[in-house]
Amino acid sequence: MLHTVNKSPFQNSSLENCLRVAQPGDVILLLEDGVYAASAGTAKSSLIEQAVKRHTVYAIDADLKARGLANLVKEVRVASYGDFVDLVEQHPVHAWL
Amino acid sequence: MAATGKKVMVTVRKAPHGSIYVQESIEVMFIFATYDMELSVVFLDDGVLALHPGQDTKGLGIKGFMASLGALVDWEVTKVYVDRQSLKDRNISEDAIITIGRDEETDAPIRPRVLDSAEIAAMMAAQHSIVSF
Amino acid sequence: MKLSVLVLEGPYNHEASDSAYNFIQAALAKGHTIRGIFFYDDGVYNATRLMDPPQDDRHISKRWSELGATGIDMIVCVAAAKRRGITNEVLVPNIRISGLGQLASLIDEADRLVTFGD
Repeated sequence: MLHTVNKSPFQNSSLENCLRVAQPGDVILLLEDGVYAASAGTAKSSLIEQAVKRHTVYAIDADLKARGLANLVKEVRVASYGDFVDLVEQHPVHAWL
Repeated sequence: MAATGKKVMVTVRKAPHGSIYVQESIEVMFIFATYDMELSVVFLDDGVLALHPGQDTKGLGIKGFMASLGALVDWEVTKVYVDRQSLKDRNISEDAIITIGRDEETDAPIRPRVLDSAEIAAMMAAQHSIVSF
Repeated sequence: MKLSVLVLEGPYNHEASDSAYNFIQAALAKGHTIRGIFFYDDGVYNATRLMDPPQDDRHISKRWSELGATGIDMIVCVAAAKRRGITNEVLVPNIRISGLGQLASLIDEADRLVTFGD
């Protein structure tokens, strides 16, 4: 299962809601404002620090670069849109809008 | 038009009235119910607020969609689920959520079926596609 | 793989439309087929030819229209469009107005549906 999250964790609880339902082994993809969750050392970093123990977590490269984010939680993998396509090919997808 | 009975889920996670998402998601449910697919509907997170009893939009001048929700079963939208934790978090009693129809034989009210998040996750993983609002 | 895409937000205000477009371009580059793109909710605003952004910015409806010209089925939901004043007269070429049943067909005829919204 692939879960996409496009909201800043500082703005609403979509990421927390997603992580509550997602099962171990499910993949999380952060895009749009969702990528702010991947930043290291923030008040919300623990969400992803915990998530990576159960899930593979990706963040869209173009969204990270657009926002100037480079200091990421270590285990987060940077994904291109092409990687996004590959993940969709491998998993059914739910968007946590 | 192909007709293959694929599993399709509609998830509703937005609160009603503050935006149109719940209403337009119900329009999707009604149309999808007429197609040959295995449709399920899940209310979770703020989406469960659409099932809050006693909603009245008259004062807003908005038609609202409570009548539509109350007729889901009549429209053959029968696999309707709601997340237990989301109800609990918002202090909505499982017995108080709105009814979505009545049993044809007994006339007993039918409410969305309350599920744990793990059950919802398992259902999600089994879908061909999920339309999320 | 055959993909269908659902766009639920209007252009410019939200990134959904851009994310959908970038995703679709990547899918096409990998040789996948886009069975169709369906615009719903405020997503119907993606289809208006009346938009006229500054020259140095992307022209979102033109971009969709160009994708439609390659043969991808581009559909605006009639009920959502009527609410918002999107009619055949204001559509860019290569996008058509049709019912939600078309979304059901796009799902049925694709291997996956990917939803972009707010």
